[in-house]
Amino acid sequence: MIPREFAYERPESVADAAGLLRSHGDGARVLAGGHSLLPMMKLRLAAPETLVDIGGISSLRGITDAGSYFEIGALTRHADLAGSDLLGLACPVLASAAAGIGDPQVRNRGTIGGSLAQADPHGDLPAVLVALDGEVTAEGPDGTRTIPARDLFRGFLTTSLAADEILTAVRVPKAPHSTYVKFNRRAQDWAIAGVAAVVDGDSARIALTGVGAAPVRAEAAERAFWGGNAAEAAARAADGLDPPSDAAGSADYRRHLARVLTLRALEEAIGG
Amino acid sequence: MAATVEQGKGIGVAALRKEDRKFLTGRGRYVDDLKLPGMLHMAIVRSQFPHAAITGIETSAAMAMPGVTAVLTGDDLEFAAGVPCASNPTGQMVHPTRPPLAKGRVRHVGEPIAVVIAADRYTARDAADAVEVGYAELPAVLGVEAALADGAPRVHEELDSNVGLVLAHRTDGVDEAFARADVVCEATIRNQRLIHVPIETRGVVADWNPASDELVVTSSTQVPHFLRTFLAIVCGVSEAKVRAIAPDVGGGFGAKLNAYAEEFIAAAASRKVGAPVKWIEERSEAMLATCHGRAQIAHMSLAATKDGKVLGMRAHYVQDYGSYLQMLTPLISQLTFLMSPGAYAIPEVDVKVTNVYTNTVPTDALRGAGRPEATHAIERSMDMLAGELGMSRTEIRRRNFPSEFPFTSAIGLQYDSGDYGKTLDRLLELSDDRETFARRREEAAARGKLLGRGLSTWVEVCGFVPSDVARNALGLTPGGWESSTVRMHPTGKATVITGTSPHGQGHATSWSQIVETELGVPFDDVEVIHGDTAFAPYGLGTYGSRSLAVGGTAVHLAATKVRDKARLVAAQMLEASPDDLDFSGGVFAVKGSPDKRTTIQEVAFRAWQAFGMPEGVTPGLDETVFFDPPNCVFPFGAHGCEVEVDRDTGKVEITSYIAVDDCGNVVNPMIVDGQVHGGVVHGIGQALYEEAEYDSGGQLVTGTLVDYLIPSAADVPHIETHRTVTPSPTNPLGVKGIGEAGTIASTPAVVSAVCDAVGARDLDMPLQPMKVWDAIQKGGAR
Repeated sequence: MIPREFAYERPESVADAAGLLRSHGDGARVLAGGHSLLPMMKLRLAAPETLVDIGGISSLRGITDAGSYFEIGALTRHADLAGSDLLGLACPVLASAAAGIGDPQVRNRGTIGGSLAQADPHGDLPAVLVALDGEVTAEGPDGTRTIPARDLFRGFLTTSLAADEILTAVRVPKAPHSTYVKFNRRAQDWAIAGVAAVVDGDSARIALTGVGAAPVRAEAAERAFWGGNAAEAAARAADGLDPPSDAAGSADYRRHLARVLTLRALEEAIGG
Repeated sequence: MAATVEQGKGIGVAALRKEDRKFLTGRGRYVDDLKLPGMLHMAIVRSQFPHAAITGIETSAAMAMPGVTAVLTGDDLEFAAGVPCASNPTGQMVHPTRPPLAKGRVRHVGEPIAVVIAADRYTARDAADAVEVGYAELPAVLGVEAALADGAPRVHEELDSNVGLVLAHRTDGVDEAFARADVVCEATIRNQRLIHVPIETRGVVADWNPASDELVVTSSTQVPHFLRTFLAIVCGVSEAKVRAIAPDVGGGFGAKLNAYAEEFIAAAASRKVGAPVKWIEERSEAMLATCHGRAQIAHMSLAATKDGKVLGMRAHYVQDYGSYLQMLTPLISQLTFLMSPGAYAIPEVDVKVTNVYTNTVPTDALRGAGRPEATHAIERSMDMLAGELGMSRTEIRRRNFPSEFPFTSAIGLQYDSGDYGKTLDRLLELSDDRETFARRREEAAARGKLLGRGLSTWVEVCGFVPSDVARNALGLTPGGWESSTVRMHPTGKATVITGTSPHGQGHATSWSQIVETELGVPFDDVEVIHGDTAFAPYGLGTYGSRSLAVGGTAVHLAATKVRDKARLVAAQMLEASPDDLDFSGGVFAVKGSPDKRTTIQEVAFRAWQAFGMPEGVTPGLDETVFFDPPNCVFPFGAHGCEVEVDRDTGKVEITSYIAVDDCGNVVNPMIVDGQVHGGVVHGIGQALYEEAEYDSGGQLVTGTLVDYLIPSAADVPHIETHRTVTPSPTNPLGVKGIGEAGTIASTPAVVSAVCDAVGARDLDMPLQPMKVWDAIQKGGAR
């Protein structure tokens, strides 16, 4: 529980932060809420030479209603997402997922940008972003680009962000008929499996947590849903899945959970 | 009329805990708060392998790091003895030697090999990582089956096998009982390996004064006096020059009922470097290297008549000791052995415990310590027997409760007092009747939930322990008495010095209540000193739900002795005969002349002045009592649990929990409720969440709190607490222990409920959703 020595920088602008990342190279890591990175450092599973704390860049925090979508600053806390009446009504999948992350301490510190950039396969927000077909803004020394969710998550703890890019904002469409259903053993645990469901009339977008190295679109279930058939969709939710097997759940159990949770999520989303 | 203490906080009052202000405001003072001038910090290099010969230790890179004072190995620190074990159940048991720092051989992952002493914690940790240890791996023994297998590698070459001890007891009629039984119910019941997880990990500051040769060790311990004695023995110094202090201690649960290698190493290192040395255990170290608990398998067999009378029991327990004996390792399964029949009058028994060494961290006391194992095995067996007989789980219990107390079990323990039917009756009164429950069960099924309910009727032995029992029946090195001093100051305030060593139990509060009741000194005028060997004559510490029954009794007796002496002084002051004085609410008054009165405070002042003392009465009001209990105490109760199981996922939710306990007379009902709450939650942890697991390579895979799950506030139900009162005849307060009761009772009650919900005969703990869902698939649950 004692990290290695590291240097600490607290830039006041995104440009300064990106510059620090570039000048420090591979030895630098971005620090946002710190609830993934700091435990790894304390366990000496991560040992960055320099932490670039972006917590002082106040422009990165907040939820903006931009008409058909929300623009959310990367440093917006899980507690802010969970407590947002705007999101609760117009994008409940995001609010409900955020409300179930960790415990109150984690939700008060953890950020949407940090969670997405961490890309933990048991984290909740990556699947939510995929189900919403959202996108993120990445800023680096070479400028700003937009990365759609489908291109962001590349595998276990891996994204398409460059080492000197900073995830600065998240854009998600409004999706009033949506929800996230998480399954874990205790209230504060990572998901053994989770389902983000976004229903839009006759169609649905469904993404799964905890059943692969990255969030998985349940495409067979989405096709089967056409016209609003939640049961048929749920039955196909595990098609093609190759989930991990561990102490919390065998691959078979996770496939079963994918089906059960997909049904629950779709029924709740339709009802919502 | 004599004045009485207004709004008293004597025995029986739910007084708020006087120690809580400092804890709730963050002003507790723990080991890590101690900062001594010139203090250095210690980090430990631990074995990466479960079993290996050490071929070399390269320390030069670590020594070269700025801020490093010393890197010490087993060759650098000399000890007069190994890590001690104070339990030898048969007197014949061989205790394998264990140097505090490994010498040439390591036997579990996490065993200390070397230490770094440095200017700060960070440097110490970095340098510890820079120490290179050469290992030659040896075949490791993992799991009790592997330990017992033919040709198994031996954990200790000095022993003939991996079996450390076998205990057996067999009554003459057991075969006949099984021969005439209508039914024999067999089961294998597993108590998984657990980790204690106190909020505060271990920690120690050792300060060896080179000028005076005195050693002061401040440690997060439950047993400061044992620690002092063992420091003297292991470090080879005069006990009179050693002082051990337990400051505020953030929980123990048995993990700190020990004298650990790290405490001896810190002391020896302080002497070596000539400066105070601090070691604060990291959480991941605590998981890896503090003793574990449970790790026991029970092979149970009950012989019964068709109307549910149990005629005989065969119980064979296999206990995983881990790699070495910690302070009380052999005692734990011995307590299982002693409590194997549980709350039932089973006339014939054949009980055996086989204890084996494996290449894992040693096991030792964990809240309940042997009694939860016994209780779980017998309670699950009674449920299964009820199932085979088609009898209700309550009725089978009722038919086998002892009818008279004191009751002597077939093992030979004398249960001091009890009325087991009464707690069960109370539980049933508080629970839904069959019809109501059946209706709710149907309603729940309609929404995909499987309802189940379960119970346990538990009894335990605690209040350790009469000293002759410690020697003759248990084979312990120390006895089981406790000491207390009650001291009246000239200004009328009182100090209690206790040999108990609280780490969350609220002794400052309860001991003050006892003094207020006995002496009439107000609760707020009583200070309680504990945990420092410089103050108490000797104390055996806090564990095994002993503190109130033994230590609280010592307080009561010391206060009584103060009162008796005060009566003589008061009589002189009032010019009356001692026998002519009434004493109430802190006031001595002459019978029939209530105006002739004096207070205990005035008497204390006079005794300090020592003016005109009665013939033969010495100055002062300051009495010390050592109390050795005549028997242990046997609290008991009935716990009921209701669960909802999600039929589609197997997830268990506890929807109702009712505890009916009988711990004799109650000093502070709020503290008792708190102990039951904490205990029940701890037992729920074992039932649903917790398991320490090693992989096939001997690595602990549950080394963080992400992998080792303990229940959090969000996961535990509302717990209803109720009581019956059957005073103990063992001590003048009539009290019994309650600190472990909830843990002992709740684990089988929860498993009973889940099995009821899913229609399973039994399930291995922890009951994680996947396992319960599997059971639903196999069982064709209702």
